[in-house]
Amino acid sequence: MADAARKLDTSSSALAVRDLQAWYDESHILHGINFDVAPGEVVTLLGRNGAGKTTTLRAIMGLIAKRAGAVQFEGRELIALPARTIARLGIAFCPEERGIFSALSVDENLMLPPVIKPGGLSRDDVLTMFPNLRERLSSQGTKLSGGEQQMLAIARILRTGAKFLLLDEPTEGLAPVIVQQIGRTLATLKNQGFTIVLVEQNFHFAASVADRHYVVEQGRVIDMIPNTEIQTNLGKLHAYLGV
Amino acid sequence: MFELLGIPPQALFGQLLLGLINGSFYALLSLGLAVIFGLLNIINFSHGAQYMMGAFVAWMGLTWLGIPYWGALVIVPLVVGTTGVVIERLMISKLYHLDHLYGLLLTFGLALIIQGLFRNGFGVSGLPYSIPSQLSGGTNLGFMFLPNYRAWVVVASLIVCFGTWFAIERTRLGAYLRAATENPTLVGAFGINVPRMITLTYGFGVALAAFAGVLAAPIYSVNPNMGADLIIVVFAVVVIGGMGSILGAILTGFGLGIVEGLTKVFYPEASSVAIFVIMAIVLLFKPAGLFGRTA
Ligand SMILES: Nc1ncnc2c1ncn2[C@@H]1O[C@H](COP(=O)(O)OP(=O)(O)OP(=O)(O)O)[C@@H](O)[C@H]1O
Ligand SMILES: [Mg+2]
Repeated sequence: MADAARKLDTSSSALAVRDLQAWYDESHILHGINFDVAPGEVVTLLGRNGAGKTTTLRAIMGLIAKRAGAVQFEGRELIALPARTIARLGIAFCPEERGIFSALSVDENLMLPPVIKPGGLSRDDVLTMFPNLRERLSSQGTKLSGGEQQMLAIARILRTGAKFLLLDEPTEGLAPVIVQQIGRTLATLKNQGFTIVLVEQNFHFAASVADRHYVVEQGRVIDMIPNTEIQTNLGKLHAYLGV
Repeated sequence: MFELLGIPPQALFGQLLLGLINGSFYALLSLGLAVIFGLLNIINFSHGAQYMMGAFVAWMGLTWLGIPYWGALVIVPLVVGTTGVVIERLMISKLYHLDHLYGLLLTFGLALIIQGLFRNGFGVSGLPYSIPSQLSGGTNLGFMFLPNYRAWVVVASLIVCFGTWFAIERTRLGAYLRAATENPTLVGAFGINVPRMITLTYGFGVALAAFAGVLAAPIYSVNPNMGADLIIVVFAVVVIGGMGSILGAILTGFGLGIVEGLTKVFYPEASSVAIFVIMAIVLLFKPAGLFGRTA
């Protein structure tokens, strides 16, 4: 699988990750991550706790100081760029811990990420997509419920004009109705031409929104399963994920 | 003539005014410290020296270049703020990956060097800086005589303090600053240049100190130790208000100035230690300070 991925033509990919390695201090966490994301695709990274999914997103985003390999975004190499430059190229990141600022109101949180290119959603579009937020605009950001904070974390990066989203476990710890709402949102975004890399533990959610799934284990991508073949691969997936 | 608790009103209001003036400086200086501490996480020990630089650069501007007071109020904070920017870029920024103690030691060392240089160059006797003609004289309020320049100092400090508060708490730029104070990594991941923001914030904090220095020049004689004497009290003010709180720094600064002034009226023997006694009491009951956020 690793070799096959390496040989893939990267010119048609929105994002091509090759032999991505990452370290936290001395501990070597990513041992060669390979995957591709085509424009307009929703791709998931699945894997057990501690497999390296978050680390992969953070390494792509330039948030891990010690990293190596190749990360090509729309043909540009990102591996040596600082996070702010990567963001300015059109990648938006929604962290696992959501990162809502307590010193900012909901509205300020929403308006914080600067617009980096035209074509993003307007403030009004975003508030139509997440009506709960509209009534809470003047609240302190961290006074929102977990679900509302997750919506805010997604909502604020949709304004920036970045069309490539890295979403780290947006459904983690949320009630089923909210998970459904986020699922509908992702479908809408895909229709609007967003490209999404989604880290998920919730396998059913992943299957409901994604085109393809990459399985991460111990800092490597060990398999790729198209969503259309998911039924025939259930046994394998359960073994990978230990569910 | 009416009297209050046996205190003649001239003395009471006179000391209140003096307290307000001192409070104006406490507020400006502790505000700068709070802004710097919030984002950089260092206690800027060279703040007093930078305040002194403000007064000296105003004096140099007037004496050597003929730049009047009003020009100095604008130019001096820019000039001294720029030296802050250079210091942050060349030195402080190299220490962010180390313990915060290193930043404190560096700025403390810088303060000693700056003060030493000015002592060598100008001696310690102090240089005069006259009150601008528009503000000389005073106004008789009936119950007291109000020197115009001192009234101006209080007004100017209030305007700058609350302008800064407004900019930080109520504007988009301020939202960037508050967000970067809380989670610089994520703010960087949104495409904002956080290192530049840190540099400019330090420069701004230093500029506030320099602005206070210009305000002080006509009141106190311009001398190399003026900052070192004042900054000790300001650190106590900051401890009482709580590190990193903008409004806390302003309110505590003015409040303690007034308390100190009142102590001079009612119990003069205690006036020089009043603030430190309050500090000890606050530390006992609210270690994070009156307005401090406990982490
Ligand atoms: N800041 C850190 N310092 C040191 N080690 C870390 C750090 N963050 C994560 N790790 C380690 O790196 C490995 C991968 O972590 P990562 O967060 O990428 O996993 P994950 O796949 O996102 O897991 P989860 O599903 O639990 O979120 C784990 O072994 C973890 O202990
Ligand atoms: Mg994770």
